[in-house]
Amino acid sequence: MDRMYLRRARNLVMSVMCMASAVVVIIPLVMILFYVAADGLRAINWGFFTNLPKPVGETGGGMANAIAGTFTMVTLATGLSLPVGLMAGIYLSEFGRGRLREAVRFLTDVLNGVPSIITGIFVYVLVVVAMGRYSALAGSVALGIIMIPIITRSTEEMLRMVPKSLREASLALGATEQQTVVKIVLRSASGGIVTGVMLAVARAAGETAPVLFTALNNRYWNQGLDQPIASLAVFIYTYGISPFEDWHSQAWGAALVLVVMVLFLNITARLVVRARQGR
Amino acid sequence: MAILEIVRIRRGKFRRPGWFAFLARCFGLLIAGLMVLIIWEVGRAAWLSIHTFGFSFFTSSRWDPVHDVFGALPFIYGTLASSLLALIIAVPLSLGIAIFLSEMAPPWLKDPVSFIVEILAAIPSVVYGLWGIFVLAPWLRDGVEDWLGNALGFLPFFQGPRSGIGLLTAGIILAIMILPTITAISREVLVAVPQSQREAMLALGGTRWETIVRVVLPYGRVGIFGAVMLGLGRAVGETMAVTMVIGNQPKISLSLFSPAYTMPSVIVNEFSEAVTQLHLSALMEIGLILFAITLLLNIVALLLVRRIGTVPVQGGRM
Repeated sequence: MDRMYLRRARNLVMSVMCMASAVVVIIPLVMILFYVAADGLRAINWGFFTNLPKPVGETGGGMANAIAGTFTMVTLATGLSLPVGLMAGIYLSEFGRGRLREAVRFLTDVLNGVPSIITGIFVYVLVVVAMGRYSALAGSVALGIIMIPIITRSTEEMLRMVPKSLREASLALGATEQQTVVKIVLRSASGGIVTGVMLAVARAAGETAPVLFTALNNRYWNQGLDQPIASLAVFIYTYGISPFEDWHSQAWGAALVLVVMVLFLNITARLVVRARQGR
Repeated sequence: MAILEIVRIRRGKFRRPGWFAFLARCFGLLIAGLMVLIIWEVGRAAWLSIHTFGFSFFTSSRWDPVHDVFGALPFIYGTLASSLLALIIAVPLSLGIAIFLSEMAPPWLKDPVSFIVEILAAIPSVVYGLWGIFVLAPWLRDGVEDWLGNALGFLPFFQGPRSGIGLLTAGIILAIMILPTITAISREVLVAVPQSQREAMLALGGTRWETIVRVVLPYGRVGIFGAVMLGLGRAVGETMAVTMVIGNQPKISLSLFSPAYTMPSVIVNEFSEAVTQLHLSALMEIGLILFAITLLLNIVALLLVRRIGTVPVQGGRM
């Protein structure tokens, strides 16, 4: 009988431990969001969104150029990675056969696991050295490479969710395979594909290390795509590790803007996916 | 797939696959080519350093840009130490959450908990770093490190000055960052364990916990190991958050309070300041080593996890 009590007690204790770990995980999230919101809101005002950074010692100043820079690079990166990711996703889901498909899918997953800093030094060697300077273009290429595997795999998943009957109906009406993929499968999965792109954009917007090696930074408005450019992530890093109180506060402000952006994209994308799966 | 196959075979006799299929295939191959190109380019840039230092690059702890002598041992140590510490913290927690989600949680609670874990993965690395410098580090310095130092100070891990900046802080931040990866994949693995396995153990009179420990976890152990490897791969390559809290001093010390330096951190800090070709090449070689480690971890992990099913697509940090 004693042994039974012991077993039940162990069952209870370990179950409680598992539940506790689910509670513990909430603590860092709440703490991070709380500090980002509290310290960020204190730093943010209208000028923060419209002014350029001020030199050290002068208070005020903003991050307008960093916001513009992040938007520029992410837009360009999406333009570069979307065709590749989309077509590769279509290949994996619709046309791929046998070992070649397995290999491509595997390498896509491996590419997804490559640390972003490696992507950064790769693009440095490939683009920055070749062009002779840091540039918005190089930064976009680096972010694009990071986005490709995310778009590819989510496109593949979304295309697979399109019911077979839809394809069969299209083929039965005499459409070619190509017409079926472009006009039926792709179109009915478009909502899902967009969510995958949103997740990739969210990931790219927060990347710092690869941008640091490729686009560097800029305290003024960007002068062209072949010139260095500012970004929110690099802004947070350089201001965060600086010795100035005022800059720390501004780093929190930029962190708030970035986190709101990233969470908005993530939550919207996940809600859309969940709604589609539930249907 | 039957009808599709038939259509494909029938038509195959009359016509070749369309240009669209060909184009799609080219883009698929482009991704494969990209992987190869990354290895080639980084390897080429590291060649000067590999050629100059040979194997001593791994064993020397002298990192001296002024005299152009480079050894990566402190960075390799710092990376391994901080990543292992992260695993020690994150694995039990992640498994606990995964078990909770797959075996215990009522249905209405599953989605919110998964959601919170997913959101942790979405927060950018640099924001973790900012939080680490200004919130976590002071808190650890004033509270936890004092307590650990007083209670366990006889161990070499908990000696030395307590600054809040060092291995311990980096390990904790990394643990939070890799937790979503390990949790999500272990959960998939546990959910995939056939219900009949559990029922058999319960029918034999096992408690729920005994069922989990003796049946569910052993059944999924390969996949869980894969999940941990993926988490480790993520921790090894993590850059910004670690750079901001680890102190960036190339020291090899057993103490968790001591500052250290990781491979990604030294690349970030010295890359734009590298003056000589050899310095830049040494940084590239560190990148190459880092790449090799993460590649190995990822490939092993993906092969292990693949046996269970598909890897869940994660937006955040997958």
